[in-house]
Amino acid sequence: MSAEKRAPLTRAPAHPSVQAPARATQAPSPLGANPELEHLSKLYRQMLLIRRVEEESARGYAEGKIGGFLHLYIGQEAVGVGAIASLRPDDYVITTYRDHGIALAKGMSPRALLAELFGKVTGCSRGLGGSMHMFDKEHHMLGGYGIVGGHIPIAAGVAFASKYRGDGRVTLCFFGEGAVSIGGFHEGMGLAALWKLPIVFICENNEYAMGTPISRSMSVEDVSLKALGYGMDRDRFFADDVLEVERRIGEAVQRAREQGTPTLVEVRTYRFRGHSMSDPAKYRTQAELEEHKNRDPLARARRRLVESGLGEPGDPRLDDLEKSVEAEVADAVKFAHESPEPGLDVLEQSTYSGPFAY
Amino acid sequence: MIEEMDRDDRVFLMGEEVGHYQGAYKVSEGMLEKFGPKRVIDTPIAEAGFAGVGIGAAIVGLRPIIEFMTWNFSAVAFDQILNNAAKMRQMSGGQLECPIVFRGPNASARQVGSQHSHAMEHIYAHVPGLKVVAPAFPADAKGLLKAAVRDDNPVLVMESETLYGFKGDVPEGEHVVALGKAQIVRAGKDITIAAYARTTHVALEAAATLERAGVSAEVVDLRSLRPLDDNTLVASVERTHRLVVVHEGWPYGGVGAEIADRVQRLAFDALDGPILRVTTLDVPMPYSAKLELACMPQPDRVVATVLRALGREQS
Ligand SMILES: Cc1ncc(C[n+]2csc(CCOP(=O)(O)OP(=O)(O)O)c2C)c(N)n1
Repeated sequence: MSAEKRAPLTRAPAHPSVQAPARATQAPSPLGANPELEHLSKLYRQMLLIRRVEEESARGYAEGKIGGFLHLYIGQEAVGVGAIASLRPDDYVITTYRDHGIALAKGMSPRALLAELFGKVTGCSRGLGGSMHMFDKEHHMLGGYGIVGGHIPIAAGVAFASKYRGDGRVTLCFFGEGAVSIGGFHEGMGLAALWKLPIVFICENNEYAMGTPISRSMSVEDVSLKALGYGMDRDRFFADDVLEVERRIGEAVQRAREQGTPTLVEVRTYRFRGHSMSDPAKYRTQAELEEHKNRDPLARARRRLVESGLGEPGDPRLDDLEKSVEAEVADAVKFAHESPEPGLDVLEQSTYSGPFAY
Repeated sequence: MIEEMDRDDRVFLMGEEVGHYQGAYKVSEGMLEKFGPKRVIDTPIAEAGFAGVGIGAAIVGLRPIIEFMTWNFSAVAFDQILNNAAKMRQMSGGQLECPIVFRGPNASARQVGSQHSHAMEHIYAHVPGLKVVAPAFPADAKGLLKAAVRDDNPVLVMESETLYGFKGDVPEGEHVVALGKAQIVRAGKDITIAAYARTTHVALEAAATLERAGVSAEVVDLRSLRPLDDNTLVASVERTHRLVVVHEGWPYGGVGAEIADRVQRLAFDALDGPILRVTTLDVPMPYSAKLELACMPQPDRVVATVLRALGREQS
């Protein structure tokens, strides 16, 4: 896929109220002379932002500021960032409860995200949704969903609407490999293939569904093979390199946009933390975890930037970029911390459109 | 579960993370080691599939215990429970039994949001062919589960995640609590408070507060929602003449509405006032800790409702 087709990565935040000071949201553009390197530095910045926001989420959870379930995206950043980089801003994205990284990659502001986690009215879902339900209509981020597989037919429905209206948009639907066993996956895939819907199904195969390794949940380990029975295109690769993710998902997106056909893509990745904050992840060895950490796509992207000259002694560019991420995250944490909680009045308004039905 | 599996080799446990992971809430800790993978079976995330597998095994003579990681996820298997488990006996003209237990944690679990906080008992208690129980105390959790495993009908056991840490005496060995029997967990004479599962503890806390305000409240722990023990309820209301029902889940329809109907029919002359309910507010459960607490039945809301039922509104 050519560089021109790549979507711009800096997008306007959700509401004016959650807009951070301009200083903090503007990514520095240190490499104006080299478009490819500039592009990689933007993707690196997004991945770093996600990693840092997730680390702050973990801290907020430990401090009791965040409740309920908290599923972190640490280790998987290259999937969401790479895939969404291949989209146009008006394309749709929909995912599971492991949704923070995807939401940020789709343009949600860290302020709106952290405020949601802190249960504040300034959060993307007014503090009603929490970690598993990140919605940002303005950025066409159609949510995180808590029931495994439940959102897959919904994603097909979004793509159905694009086809119906002929709006040329593509839908990306993310899910874990655990979802491949459930009916919603098969019914969503079947309908998308039958009706030729412009959608890319992205299975983020991080090797475990909670404590269940893929060897104990699937009779055939290759998830992408499921596409064959539906007559759907498929792809399968490792997410070590964010640019490779962008290129490969980009091919499927192009197919969806130009030919209106769906693709199932299995992206092999790994989560560095437990399934959620309450999971000590005793089912895997430290050695296995270390091996994956050595392949950390975030570190790899950074190495590439350094090797391309960004880390030369006396060159402040990488340092500035990383400092700007720190500033943006610190600002978002402060904002979330200081924002007010929702009042009881939001409950009725958010249950029905129109008068409460009783 | 271990005792029932020791007692009857037709009983097996199946569900997500019940084996190697020792249970998502550690309920089945050590069971895989003791019984092996033939009888403690980890499943993929396929609720409709493994609920159906359980029903299939049950109609040909096994006695499955199917665990839902939480009852929220049983919604995916609702068709199997509603259309197959509940109907098997009737549609086969009584030829086939479906002796199966579905169990798992139910209702609120602290800030897990609208999709993970459902009180599913109301939906299942609606269905003829199913039995539904909801223990509040460890001893009843054991006794009702044993009765459920031995029953020849589909029995749904609604546990409470927020009570898994609750400690209490549990009788050793053969302790079976008959399905369909409520118990009075606190005697009183001014008003009856009916509750079950987590809300039994809410009701007890409210009753203690009410005592300090000079109100003597009787607390009935229903334990079983279908069959529903209206004898115990009616006998209590005949002594106290007033009734407040407390449960999680929404007010529209549901167990509280059913109780209100039965008690006004069966004990109309004994009642000195309307039957009031304290339920989860009529909205999807919000994530915000503050709003979640406000939505759920709390002791102070029970106290206020009892005072209202007694005509002693707080000013
Ligand atoms: C229908 C349903 N069943 C069970 C669960 C509980 N649950 C939440 S996440 C999860 C594991 C999912 O693993 P996977 O799809 O691989 O995604 P990952 O968490 O690894 O991103 C389970 C069993 C659920 N949310 N929905």
